[in-house]
Amino acid sequence: MSIFDIFGKDKEPKSASIAKERLKVIVAHERRARNAPEYLPALQRDILDVIRKYVQIDQDQLQIDLNDDGNCSILEVNVNLPK
Amino acid sequence: MATIIVVTSGKGGVGKTTTSAAVSMGLAMAGHKTVVIDFDIGLRNLDIIMNCERRVVFDFVNVIQGDAVLNQALIKDKRCENLYILPASQTRDKDALTKEGVKNILDQLSADFEYIICDSPAGIEHGAQMALYFADSAIVVTNPEVSSVRDSDRILGILQSKSYRAENNQAPVKEHLLITRFDPVRVDRGEMLSIADIEDILAVPLLGVIPESQAVLNASNSGNPVILDEKSDAGQAYKDTVGRLLGEELPHRFLEVQKKGLLKRVFGG
Ligand SMILES: Nc1ncnc2c1ncn2[C@@H]1O[C@H](COP(=O)(O)OP(=O)(O)OP(=O)(O)O)[C@@H](O)[C@H]1O
Ligand SMILES: [Mg+2]
Repeated sequence: MSIFDIFGKDKEPKSASIAKERLKVIVAHERRARNAPEYLPALQRDILDVIRKYVQIDQDQLQIDLNDDGNCSILEVNVNLPK
Repeated sequence: MATIIVVTSGKGGVGKTTTSAAVSMGLAMAGHKTVVIDFDIGLRNLDIIMNCERRVVFDFVNVIQGDAVLNQALIKDKRCENLYILPASQTRDKDALTKEGVKNILDQLSADFEYIICDSPAGIEHGAQMALYFADSAIVVTNPEVSSVRDSDRILGILQSKSYRAENNQAPVKEHLLITRFDPVRVDRGEMLSIADIEDILAVPLLGVIPESQAVLNASNSGNPVILDEKSDAGQAYKDTVGRLLGEELPHRFLEVQKKGLLKRVFGG
């Protein structure tokens, strides 16, 4: 073990591994968006409108994702409501 | 029938023109009649890298618009008789390129050439889409860095959905990953994405790895594609890359930190 191993080295994750984790998330998200059916953005707007009839939420409090599950697709809807 | 290869990346400044120059020269030196086309309308650069900027009379757009015939615009390389360059125009009008116009030129070139290399402009808009539309194969140039890898993935998406092959349900454009400006020292320190990281994320077969190299700047200063600098690391890495394009199986080199020997340390190297 060299003196460099004692100070600093393995304490924080290396920036390259942070880069890799961020990239995985970005790329997976963009690929899903690319392969999503064209109606998805409109569907998202409509869902947002329905929710806003009852609760005021910001646009970014609603996330929808379409995931492929072999025979069918699963629409995942995540809504954060204010307390 | 020629094989049309687009050199593309999404992100700017990653080494597309450097690669287009090196690969086209390499194919030509291997005996294949090759033409390299600069698709970077308004920002032409390939002529400088190829050292033929003072011989440009007509350009790509002149031919598309019927102001010149193809043979008037093609520049024959002075170093290798199998190599021709079709320069881009300096016009500001990026929409000067149309699918019909590009197809017409590629069809004419296909009759005479074995390889057509298309040097794409940066971005994912019209110019980049024109450069890749008719491609049979794509070299996706990627730097080991987040925004470059992300843009490469976007370009792959376009190749898979908006190319002629994709739109006409033909065999997909053959994808190749070329990692450039690679610096093993920084990878070792955990500061730079590794080859494995990038391959893992993009899932495209690796065609080559070009190290970050002073030789590339020297090459562009003198107007000699870096592949002609046979002693340099980048030149050799490009030569291997061309070999693999032609079907040779070659190990990847320059991936490890070079340990300088005592003599080199004393005398420099
Ligand atoms: N392997 C390398 N080592 C060192 N410098 C490099 C390397 N590859 C490219 N460069 C440098 O990076 C810069 C950009 O290269 P180049 O013009 O080939 O990129 P590009 O992708 O064509 O850019 P643009 O998107 O503007 O068309 C140049 O200054 C070039 O010398
Ligand atoms: Mg360029």
